[in-house]
Amino acid sequence: MPESEKLSVDRRNFLRMAATGAAALVTSAQEGRAEKSGSPGPETPPEMPKDVEILTTDRPGSDFMVDVLKSLGLEYICSNPGSSFRGLHESVVNYGGNKNPEFITCCHEESSVAMAHGYAKIEGKPLGVFAHGTVGLQHAAMAIYNAFCDRVPVYLILGNTLDAEMRRPGAEWYHSVQDAAAMVRDYVKWDDTPISLPHFAESAMRAYKIAMTPPMLPVVLVADSELQERPIPEGVRLRIPKLVLAAPPQGDSGAVAEAARLLVAAENPVLIADRVARTPAGMKYLVELAEALQAPVIDEGGRMNFPTRHPLNHSDRRGALITSADLILGLELGDFWGAVNSMRDQLHRTWRPITKQGVKLISITAADLYTRSNYQDFQRFPEVDLAIAADAEATLPSLIEAVKRLINADRKRAFQDRGTKLAAARQQSMERTRTEATYGWDAGPVSTARLAAEVWPHIKDKDWSLVSGTLSGWPRRLWIFDKHYQHIGGSGGVGVGYGSPAAVGAALANRKYGRLSVNFQNDGDLMYAPGVLWTAAHHRVPLLNIMFNNRAYHQEVMHLQRMSSRHNRGITTAYIGTTIEDPNIDYAKLAQSMGWHAEGPITDPKDLAPAIRRSVELVLRGEPALIDVVTQPR
Amino acid sequence: MVLMVAALILAPAVGAQVFETTPKSEAVPVGNAQNGKRIFTAYGCYQCHGYEGQGAAAAGPRIALPSLALPEFAAYVRQPAGQMPPYTKKVVADSEMADIYAFLQSRPKPPLAKDIPLLND
Repeated sequence: MPESEKLSVDRRNFLRMAATGAAALVTSAQEGRAEKSGSPGPETPPEMPKDVEILTTDRPGSDFMVDVLKSLGLEYICSNPGSSFRGLHESVVNYGGNKNPEFITCCHEESSVAMAHGYAKIEGKPLGVFAHGTVGLQHAAMAIYNAFCDRVPVYLILGNTLDAEMRRPGAEWYHSVQDAAAMVRDYVKWDDTPISLPHFAESAMRAYKIAMTPPMLPVVLVADSELQERPIPEGVRLRIPKLVLAAPPQGDSGAVAEAARLLVAAENPVLIADRVARTPAGMKYLVELAEALQAPVIDEGGRMNFPTRHPLNHSDRRGALITSADLILGLELGDFWGAVNSMRDQLHRTWRPITKQGVKLISITAADLYTRSNYQDFQRFPEVDLAIAADAEATLPSLIEAVKRLINADRKRAFQDRGTKLAAARQQSMERTRTEATYGWDAGPVSTARLAAEVWPHIKDKDWSLVSGTLSGWPRRLWIFDKHYQHIGGSGGVGVGYGSPAAVGAALANRKYGRLSVNFQNDGDLMYAPGVLWTAAHHRVPLLNIMFNNRAYHQEVMHLQRMSSRHNRGITTAYIGTTIEDPNIDYAKLAQSMGWHAEGPITDPKDLAPAIRRSVELVLRGEPALIDVVTQPR
Repeated sequence: MVLMVAALILAPAVGAQVFETTPKSEAVPVGNAQNGKRIFTAYGCYQCHGYEGQGAAAAGPRIALPSLALPEFAAYVRQPAGQMPPYTKKVVADSEMADIYAFLQSRPKPPLAKDIPLLND
């Protein structure tokens, strides 16, 4: 027999063997759960007549898979139910007691993954997602890409039936695939298709470890339906490998020392932070570095990196700062080139650097440790002077220490003078922001500045968390953000449809802390998969959704307008194919139909305060509430 | 489906440099503010600058009340230096430009920030 054929046959047999007879160790966790749940242990089954077909089992492979998932500490499984993982689903619910993980019913796989995305950004760890390896993964793909671009761990488990002989005719063939992870392999960090339960356990540990090592990214594990559904034979002992997460990569000590030397010597250093703060420590470190140097920080908002009212937060002064900087430190900066160059979107695209000549550029990013080829999320090549391939948050302590060692009395005086000037400039910038907010204050549709300002007094004394939605940047310009979970950044891949499910996922994470989750919800984004509203209501996820309803895919309105004016024609037709009008969608009714308290549409800003007050009260009692606010375009 | 935000982000900074120059005293609006209001929406000006010309951080700068005189205002709209799309005479007549300008000039002066409690919280 040729080796390949032998392998093929062996593989099929092995799949069966693995499910029915592979030798391993029963974990203590599995044994413990069996005792607690009263499930039958490995006792001898009653004698059965030889001609009676055995139709049941008390120990399917999926029970062991659930033990593995429990050992990872997954709190939830977000999933739209599917037959290719029915064994796992049933084991989560009945064997696992539907707790840690709890099955969260989703109405679309894109919602499942985006919920996981939002959850991870609050909780700092993944939840699980179950999906069909074919029709489910195809729905999920966009959300996986968003998480990939946003450097967020998502833990996907795909159902599939690899053995053709075992597939039922019809749907099961449509739902089966040779290589399930292939279609998303360009934008996940790792995947595997285990062919035995011990293999599943080992790969599950490996997948989690890889997902959680910066740069954190989605991973995929394929759970074969045969492995799920075939019985684990009595007496077989399966083992769950020990999991120890890898320490995040820190910058090379020599490179960090050089970065510190350049930072201390610079007269106008600027720190630009993007996806830095993976944990609460990230913001603390960045504050410490900025204060040691008295250097301004531009927070790009990929994470909650820097307190908004800190005198060194100069995010609103980016143009002036970047053009005058003699050193720019980019920390997990998704697009360094874009931060220091300007490109005009005109008929002939041109670009120019906006920095002054001789500026030193330093980058610290884990993105340099993992770059894929096909999808171009890595942005244009930045010509930096010092590149440190490392996790920025993990590198900051050593950088801070190195900086502090180099600060002598002269530099300290210079830094103090710089800090005084920066504090004054920050104050002036804040005054300008307030003045800008007054324009269109009483307008209807409601200005985005007015909407942000109206919400603030209702939440500022609560433990709040802005779980999605930038509202044209106004909350971060007007509100006081000083906690890690108060802002979770954007989608990553800028794919529409992220906001609503990410908000629900983040609110799910916030629920156990009793936080008030607030989301400014773009109308077009919600319409991608509005079923997530039902998921929130069904699972009692408290969330205040305030519609940023400009009745359009407004970015695209502007793009079409740009094309029309460029072509000298049809400047009145940009609404065609880009607006969401005629009929206007009644988002309050949509939400009410799925069990939410909902009000609106509100077009007069004077009507906002009472509606916000009523809704906040309900959300604090554990309910989801939506206010439909018709807004200015931006 | 995929948004393109980055290219527009610099628009406010670039535009603001232009619109914050000192107005010329001889600039006298001669347009029809009512018609200006209509075409400000119909011609898509509101898309980046808001229905009141108040501007938006990630789209277009505030242009109401205009700080440029009409000739400079029109010259910028015809041949913008930054990210703004150009509007030639083929699509916006001079008289319509004057109407838009008149509309922007007619916008009420906003209240002072210090007089708005919500902005002093």
